[in-house]
Amino acid sequence: MSIIIDQGKCIGCGRCHDVCPGTLIKINENKKAFIKYPKDCWGCTSCIKECPVHAISFFLGEDIGGKGCKVHTEKVKGEKNDIVRWIFELNDGSVKTIDIDPKESNKY
Amino acid sequence: MKIERLKTDLLIIGGGTAGCYAAITAAKANAANNVANNAAYLKILIVEKANIKRSGCLAAGVNALNAYITEGHTPKDYVEYAKKDADGIVREDLLYSISGKFNDVTAHLEKLGLVILKDKDGKYVTRGNRNIKINGENIKPILANAVKKLNNVTVLNHVNIFDFSVHDNKIDGAYGFGIENDTFYAIEAKAVIIATGGAAGLYRPNNPGFSRHKMWYPPFNTGAGYAMGIRHGAEMTTFEMRFIALRCKDTIAPTGTLAQGVGAKQVNALGEVYETKYGISTSERVYGTVAENLEGRGPCYLRTVGITPEQEESLLKAYLNMAPSQTIRWIENDTPSKANVEIEGTEPYIVGGHTASGYWVDTKRATTIEGLYAAGDVAGGCPQKYVTGALAEGEIAAKSAVEYINATVDCHAPLQGSRNDVETEATIKEAEIASHVAEIETYLSQKNSLYTTEQLEEAMQIAMDEYAGGIMTGYGYTEKQLNIAKEKIDEIESLTGKLSATDLQEVMYIYELKERLTICKSVIAHLAARHETRWHSFAENTDYPEKDNERFRKYVNSRLENGQIKIILRELTAEGQRNYEHHH
Repeated sequence: MSIIIDQGKCIGCGRCHDVCPGTLIKINENKKAFIKYPKDCWGCTSCIKECPVHAISFFLGEDIGGKGCKVHTEKVKGEKNDIVRWIFELNDGSVKTIDIDPKESNKY
Repeated sequence: MKIERLKTDLLIIGGGTAGCYAAITAAKANAANNVANNAAYLKILIVEKANIKRSGCLAAGVNALNAYITEGHTPKDYVEYAKKDADGIVREDLLYSISGKFNDVTAHLEKLGLVILKDKDGKYVTRGNRNIKINGENIKPILANAVKKLNNVTVLNHVNIFDFSVHDNKIDGAYGFGIENDTFYAIEAKAVIIATGGAAGLYRPNNPGFSRHKMWYPPFNTGAGYAMGIRHGAEMTTFEMRFIALRCKDTIAPTGTLAQGVGAKQVNALGEVYETKYGISTSERVYGTVAENLEGRGPCYLRTVGITPEQEESLLKAYLNMAPSQTIRWIENDTPSKANVEIEGTEPYIVGGHTASGYWVDTKRATTIEGLYAAGDVAGGCPQKYVTGALAEGEIAAKSAVEYINATVDCHAPLQGSRNDVETEATIKEAEIASHVAEIETYLSQKNSLYTTEQLEEAMQIAMDEYAGGIMTGYGYTEKQLNIAKEKIDEIESLTGKLSATDLQEVMYIYELKERLTICKSVIAHLAARHETRWHSFAENTDYPEKDNERFRKYVNSRLENGQIKIILRELTAEGQRNYEHHH
């Protein structure tokens, strides 16, 4: 379980670096974020939720059943409040989404 | 390296759930006290090695509040449940003190912004007897925001505390370093709350390769609080009651949501429901799964095949709010309505929020070091505390610490004619700072270490896995094996002095390794001391496979004396006892 950061999209704001509970994300000399210790990622997705430009995706390692799917979140306008949209880009090029209303509790 | 000296009244080490709530409570208790006495505000400082917005166990969120007194139940019911689950080895005074607060802290969390599921009459919707349903994805940002609003609380993020300052068994501060600002911190405080959480990474994890950190407990919780306390001679309790979580295989995602949410039963490879065969306590659920595998009826699953499309959709969403990896797993493979979810036990952890390991505290959460209070996963004797219990303990510890500061504040002022003592104290302090800084600089400057910190960490995890009851042995161990584990841990510890680091983050990794080694030794000593098997899997002593109420219906406690771990067997507190004081 780890993350990848799209250097083309990254604006170097440093929010992912600030929030990572393992301080695993650093900013390089080109003012771009990179994960310095990819094997140490817990998979909490804090950085993904923090990134304002959707530059960070996460994936399952192949050792725990990953099959090439990359995931990120985007905030979209809902009827009453912002909705978190989880976007799954599968290995075959297809895309699935799941919308979560932060104001709605889990059913289970 | 810059040296910064800070002075505060109350120092809180660790800004997770318990630490943040301790700060919120202390600020409030203090404000009330000051309005009454017209006194100055206490200064409160939280020091956190990551960032309080997403640090500790709840970085990814939490799916339910697992400790709540639902309608028709009482705090006594909760105490009875926790006591039964731990087969008697709990402190009832501690359990009563938290369970009486579960519903108040929940109401406070809701006020701070936590979404809790309600029915049409506005009542919380329950899950089983003790749980309520929430959207806990943002529980940490909610707590962090509440802390940010407090004027007299300062937060120091990205600072790793690695030692207490203790003199004559009384704490007066702590030492740490900024991971990214090349600064050594010497912090003076009148009282300290330790809230650093439990310890992960002692044992080889389920997936030791690329996904080694895809574990149940946060891999960044390295047990610093336990280790610092152990080294300064604090009494610890019940380290032998390890916690092993029953999880979804590979993703190590929670199983409770499947079991309680959609009623999925534990079944073996033959499709037989086996959970009733071994019992349904937390440890028995793990043990049953291990036993079925050993007897050739594995792998084991949670039977989800046949759930409705609506149930499936809700599950996919629920996991995104707490363990997103499981949702990816389902999206990339068969969904739970089409394939049962394989389950496995994790590597053992030491965590006082689930089992009873941790500091030996009194009812006020005072440890055996004067001025040091413990809350959350680092505090022992009080299992099944979960989120609301950690909040309640943060509250209790904060009130006690503020009370202690207010009661002793005059004694801390230097008396006339005692200038020499003050100077001596200052000299001792300066010597301690210099020695800590020198040690850090040694790690940064020495270059020719044969081993890396990572290699020694792996060696430790292998030793614990093979000889101290890890996954490899189905969690069982013998005295002979424990002796080998101890020898190996001692050897690894002797190699840490030569480790090298290129920056302070790597220095932190060295200190974290040393913390884990300290805890491993205590765990081994505790496992060796309990000559019985009271909790399957959690403490599976194959030399003594039966329970021995005669000799071991007791707390196994320990204290480091002259470098040796001394085991202390203590009698259980009386049934229904509401208060416990230290006599030391």
